[in-house]
Amino acid sequence: MLEIAHISKHFGGLKALEEITFHVKEKQIYGLIGPNGAGKTTLFNLITGFLPATVGSIQFLGNELTGLKAHKIAKLGIARTFQNIRLFGTMTVKENILVAQNIRARSGVTSLVQLFSAKERGFEEEADDLLRRMGLWEKRKEQSLSLAYGEQRRLEIARALALEPRLLLLDEPAAGMNEAETEDLLDRISEIRNTGKTVFLIEHDMNVVMGICDYISVLNFGELIAQGTPDEIQASEAVIEAYLGREEE
Amino acid sequence: MSVYTQGVIALMGVNILMALSVYAIVMADQVSLGNAGFMAIGAYTSAYLSVKLGMPIFPALLIGALAASFIGLLIGIPLLRLEGLYFVMGTFGFGEVVRTFFMIFEPTGGAYGFRGPVGATMPMIYGWVLVLIILFWLLSRSRLGRSLDALRDDAEVASSIGLNVTLLKLGVFWLGSFTAGIAGGLYAHYMFYIESGNFHILVSAMAILCVILGGMYTFWGALLGGVIFSILPEVLRFMGGWRLSVYGSVLVLMMIFRPSGIISRHMVRNAGEWVGGIFRKASS
Repeated sequence: MLEIAHISKHFGGLKALEEITFHVKEKQIYGLIGPNGAGKTTLFNLITGFLPATVGSIQFLGNELTGLKAHKIAKLGIARTFQNIRLFGTMTVKENILVAQNIRARSGVTSLVQLFSAKERGFEEEADDLLRRMGLWEKRKEQSLSLAYGEQRRLEIARALALEPRLLLLDEPAAGMNEAETEDLLDRISEIRNTGKTVFLIEHDMNVVMGICDYISVLNFGELIAQGTPDEIQASEAVIEAYLGREEE
Repeated sequence: MSVYTQGVIALMGVNILMALSVYAIVMADQVSLGNAGFMAIGAYTSAYLSVKLGMPIFPALLIGALAASFIGLLIGIPLLRLEGLYFVMGTFGFGEVVRTFFMIFEPTGGAYGFRGPVGATMPMIYGWVLVLIILFWLLSRSRLGRSLDALRDDAEVASSIGLNVTLLKLGVFWLGSFTAGIAGGLYAHYMFYIESGNFHILVSAMAILCVILGGMYTFWGALLGGVIFSILPEVLRFMGGWRLSVYGSVLVLMMIFRPSGIISRHMVRNAGEWVGGIFRKASS
């Protein structure tokens, strides 16, 4: 589904990513892990068109993504969240969802004169459903930034889902959450996959991803050092070394 | 009503339109210091059409505003690549170019100014104010309006949910320059005479102040700002030379105590619910 081939990203002399090649299959939960600063978010930024790649190719369902603008990539069916939560702060919870439907709704100049159509009611109901599924319906009228931290994260995921994407990119979805919240979130991510979507998530905490991911890549200092199933990754010498350092002889 | 009062109220309509033209661009998180330039294009174009070619006022106004907004699109494409202060400086430069152009452009009178456009009345001015208020009101409740809110909150995230940020910015720039063009045409046909000095940078600055004072997150703010800044100078006239100092002080105090302007979205929402409640009571 998502084919990343020989991608490199250099910032001046700094090699943030070097010769990255892997692919994400449909309906997988794919995990990209690595210590802080390994280049994970940079890779997300390349996929979503926030940054141009130095060299290499990224294909999504046969479309080349490098060189496309961010909004075009979103239209192809890729939605993302951000490591530092970025909600629309002047909007209510529900408005954050409604605005993300604009990609599929009539949202041009014609939207000025068609406010009460049946289709619009459909979108409203859909937004309510989505909020219920993410456990945010009771708070739909609140200002988005007044939510608790864990709720803000869920809202950000809900906003991404409102695009009806085929591929969902989650940038450290469990960051800053306690154990119970993390459990709850992982359940929700599994549910999202069960609705037929592909999930690609970044995480620096290995324990978070082991239980949920089908396949994992490990990034360290901009290079892929391991790929495999969770069991293979847990046994990999290179990964243990990257996280814990080499044992003294 | 005395002729003097009529004049103040009519020009208040023009000021409201200018404030709305700034607000349009503010919706995309940009502050334009060049709207007097669009006003000038609308004023001179429509005046030339009605005086030299004998065109009726309505089509002349419309063509003047379309000319202003066409120029708006042309300069918008390069200008909207700029952000923040750089955009302000770019639009400032544009406004001054337009003003000096009309100062030396002989066919529209050059430095002598241009005489003769007539026919704008107070009801006509407020007719346009009403039309644009309705337009902004519809926009504020539409999906398009919400896309603009998203762009204003976080342009990068807006593009990540599939919004074409460049197109949105260009769209509101078109709307802003069109509105300023209408304001210019009405001004010319109300005053019977225009000169390049009427479209000084201070006109753009006043329009921005209206929006800052009235409220930057709703068009009602621009409306209120336009009213206040039209009436305040008349009310303070007894102070003579001190007038402008008081003016400035009011602004400084505003910035300290209510930095996002008098009217907030929250107030608009509450007012809407209150009015809705009255209607419900009346009908039950």
